[in-house]
Amino acid sequence: MKRFTYDRPQLEGGAFSLLEQPEASVIAGGTELLNWMRLGIAEPDHLVDIARLPGWGEIALDGETLRIGALATLNKVGEHPLVDAHARALGEACLLAASAQLRNRATIGGNVLQRTRCVYFRAEAPLTWGCNKRQPGSGCAAIAGHSDDAAIFGWSESCAATHPSDPLVALACLDAEAELHSASGVRRLPVCDLHLSQVEAEAEGEDGATAENRLERGELIAAYLIPLRPASRSTYLKVRDRQSFAYSRVTAAASVELEDGVIGALRIALGSVAQRPWRLGRAEQALVGERLEEASLLAAIERDMEEARTLPGSDYKRRLARNAAIRAVMAAGA
Amino acid sequence: MSSADARTAVGSARTRIEGPLKLTGAARYSMDNLPPGTLYAVLVGATVASGSVVTIDVAEAKAVAGVVSVLTGEDLPPLGPVLEFPGAPVKKPMEGDQIHFEGQAVAIVLAETLEAAEEARPLVSVAYAAEPVVLPGAGERQFLGAPDGDGTVWWPYGQPFARGDSAAALESAPVRFAASYVQPSRHHNPIETSGTLASWDGDRLTLWDSIQASMLLPPMFASVFGIDPADVHVIAPFTGGGFGCKGFWMHQLLAVAAAKAVGRPVKLHLRRGDQYNATGFQPLMTQRVELGADAEGHLQVYRHRVANITGMVETYLEAATEVKALYECPVIDTAQEIERVTVGMPSPMRCPNEGPGLWALESAINELAHEVGIDPLELRLRNYAEKDPLTGRPWSSKKLREAYAEGAELFGWHGRPRGGRRDGNWLIGTGMASAVGGTMRMPGTARVRLRSDGSVLIETDVQDIGTGLQTLLTQIAADEIGVPIDNIDVAWGDSALPTTGPIYGSSTMHTGSAVALACRELRRELAALSSLADPIEAVRAAGVEEVVGERTSQLPGGVEVDHDGGSTGFSMRTFGASFVEVAVDPMLGLVRLRRAVGSYSVGRIINPKTARSQMLGSFAWGWGKATMEASELDPTTARWLSKDLAGVHIPVNADIPGDITINFVDEYDHHASPIGAKGIGEFGSVGIDAAVAEAVFDAVGVRIRELPITPKRLLDALA
Repeated sequence: MKRFTYDRPQLEGGAFSLLEQPEASVIAGGTELLNWMRLGIAEPDHLVDIARLPGWGEIALDGETLRIGALATLNKVGEHPLVDAHARALGEACLLAASAQLRNRATIGGNVLQRTRCVYFRAEAPLTWGCNKRQPGSGCAAIAGHSDDAAIFGWSESCAATHPSDPLVALACLDAEAELHSASGVRRLPVCDLHLSQVEAEAEGEDGATAENRLERGELIAAYLIPLRPASRSTYLKVRDRQSFAYSRVTAAASVELEDGVIGALRIALGSVAQRPWRLGRAEQALVGERLEEASLLAAIERDMEEARTLPGSDYKRRLARNAAIRAVMAAGA
Repeated sequence: MSSADARTAVGSARTRIEGPLKLTGAARYSMDNLPPGTLYAVLVGATVASGSVVTIDVAEAKAVAGVVSVLTGEDLPPLGPVLEFPGAPVKKPMEGDQIHFEGQAVAIVLAETLEAAEEARPLVSVAYAAEPVVLPGAGERQFLGAPDGDGTVWWPYGQPFARGDSAAALESAPVRFAASYVQPSRHHNPIETSGTLASWDGDRLTLWDSIQASMLLPPMFASVFGIDPADVHVIAPFTGGGFGCKGFWMHQLLAVAAAKAVGRPVKLHLRRGDQYNATGFQPLMTQRVELGADAEGHLQVYRHRVANITGMVETYLEAATEVKALYECPVIDTAQEIERVTVGMPSPMRCPNEGPGLWALESAINELAHEVGIDPLELRLRNYAEKDPLTGRPWSSKKLREAYAEGAELFGWHGRPRGGRRDGNWLIGTGMASAVGGTMRMPGTARVRLRSDGSVLIETDVQDIGTGLQTLLTQIAADEIGVPIDNIDVAWGDSALPTTGPIYGSSTMHTGSAVALACRELRRELAALSSLADPIEAVRAAGVEEVVGERTSQLPGGVEVDHDGGSTGFSMRTFGASFVEVAVDPMLGLVRLRRAVGSYSVGRIINPKTARSQMLGSFAWGWGKATMEASELDPTTARWLSKDLAGVHIPVNADIPGDITINFVDEYDHHASPIGAKGIGEFGSVGIDAAVAEAVFDAVGVRIRELPITPKRLLDALA
């Protein structure tokens, strides 16, 4: 166990200055950072506990927007009546995540910054296999090894990890924005653009395995802003081997606006298929004006699945993702 | 309470006497102890799975504040012979430089605090000369013959058996069926990981250990350290789950050796990840079953081949062919192989032998029933073994026919809707399987004291691993002596008490029987002192402080262990059947358990409440084995991919429906034990996998022959 300092600033400004220390790390619920420290994934010298920042855990309507503070726990979001009324897929995703005990600690801000559950990445140090996320340049043992949980979209030869968050997929489906605070001010970023697939990272000149999101150093997620869409209904589907306390094989969030059985607007996001939530853009466009029927969904979603690239272990995920997407859209429109 | 009431204690549903201690946190587990001066130990494991240690540099680790010592093999005291125990390793730890599996201990860090020990662990610098790993499928295969063959295999199970000409019989059988069945490696994963706290006082050794067989340790450490077994004191009242992995393992020896080396108490509490290498696992195995039958489904020939992985130097045979006594069949041909790969030693786990064996045999029987075109239960009844088909001996007791009938009735088997009924997105299917279990008997010893104040104390060195054994002992004593059960207390978990058998196999049989025999002796002693009928009045009238009975439940011929009836002239086994209804979502590859019935012929049930709990818990394990549980090796490094409970799933409450009925056939096995009972262990897990696979087939028409039945396997099969 490495020694570290611990501070709990009471104000945002204090947090930003503490985060300027070298090797400083943010902690809120702590459910993920402690795993990293135990496994040797992170060895921070300074912990900055933001759990007491005033107002950062509130959930409220702000005009045509539902604002969810980053320090709201998953259980608080999942059980909140405003979330149920305006962002049902998000509430469902929160309550399908982790276990009750973890949901009472884990915050929705930190949840989207958890890292992949790839078993090669999650192993205890010293690693005896290559993992470009853990040790850049060491290779990716998962691609040559156990690839059942590998990404099928947007991965590169450097890394085939997926992002495991449930709420992230729902936020992406709901067109949420992340409100990012830093010492230099506030900016907004669509949640869909918050994370990078390995291919995107490399296209931007970053390291495909370690550049996982577009947060700047010293920048914190303060809140999510979800546009209200009274005519839409959303739902979240999580496919997993056991019925609780398990990461997904595949997830799908869908938001549907129906007029007389005809699709007026549609948003579909898949989870656990890439290092970022994966929107099915072709199907979303092609299905507007179509009737909500499994056959037409299948044909449209297949066009998005053409982009999938699978490994020997992950081939089943192509079908599973397609079927999950169909099932989620049908359920949202039911 | 009158003595007439007391005689109904056995067979009544009693709540566990140690329950409040556990619920309130007052139960003291081995690793809750901390004698003054104790050092914390952590193991440094090899980072290669094959090769040798070239150098170990401990300087940097030793420099960490709080670190007292870093021991390598050279620093250990000389070690005497390691005794050979069932399913336990024999190769001395940290002896020589060869590495046979990833995580093999190469050094021990000892520190004043656990934090210091953990900080220093990665600083122990070890250089290896790595050699190629050996993975399943590429290992050397070895046929295991008679147990005395090369002297390495003592295991009395899995030896080849052949009666008749199986090749000819298969050739001529009107109906033939053959298939291979695979199950993955799985780890025991008790919630409390193994741990040993060792303290020397001169040549006297005190151990606090998380163990389910404390009687193993005094002879072992007497041999290894050249001391008197009577000077080894083992304190182990509570063990947080065992499932077969808490017998003797090398971490125990290392803790004791380290304590001797540094002259201070040493506490070595394995972490979850350590336990993946250090305390065994159920090995990956492949089984091929070939059946021949006549057109009505009467078996003519049964051939069974099994291969399981084991370590490069440690041998464990998973005796899946020990299911061959389940059906009447004229021609039987079974044999097993091991395959040596670079992993640690496998070990018995949660119904070894029959658990794996029936996955294959009962799956094949279900598939044969489909080929013949008759109900799977009817096929089983047509092949019912009225006596032991291997030896011709009568059964000590067998009520499998009743178990089938009662289970089928409770489940509604005969009126069940067939194949692929739809409920929303789900397709519904049903399946069944039989269960058969071996009977391993050992002597047990207990002392019972009846005091003049009417209280009774049972003394015996059992450990509590959560089955409720102590409560059963009070029930037995209440009836045998004729005192109210609330007067009875149990002292357990300390080797100063009478030594008894292990808490695996059939602990109720040996220690429960010993309690019954000790009580009977106590009553004889009492009768000699007083003619009064009421035992409490009698002990008072006799004017003595207490009357004591102490007895050992011996086996015929005075042997230390016997199997499946030994020299009794009877064949002794447990039997049962499971019936399951599952739902399958063919689009998403999901399988869910909807309801189930387990029906068992397992001798007399001492406590229906704890027995039901035991069966329900093991039923849940069976579901886990069928649908989710697997430990996978990285195919390059031979390191376990997930050494935790995040990457290795076992069922959670949400997976297990409330609608599970556990039924025990009314039975008393006079031959098995003086109390009519047999062991039930984790018997509820046996055959669930085969029943689930059949139910999945019934629902969606595909056979999955490799466990677990995951969304991936289902979607691949349905594609």
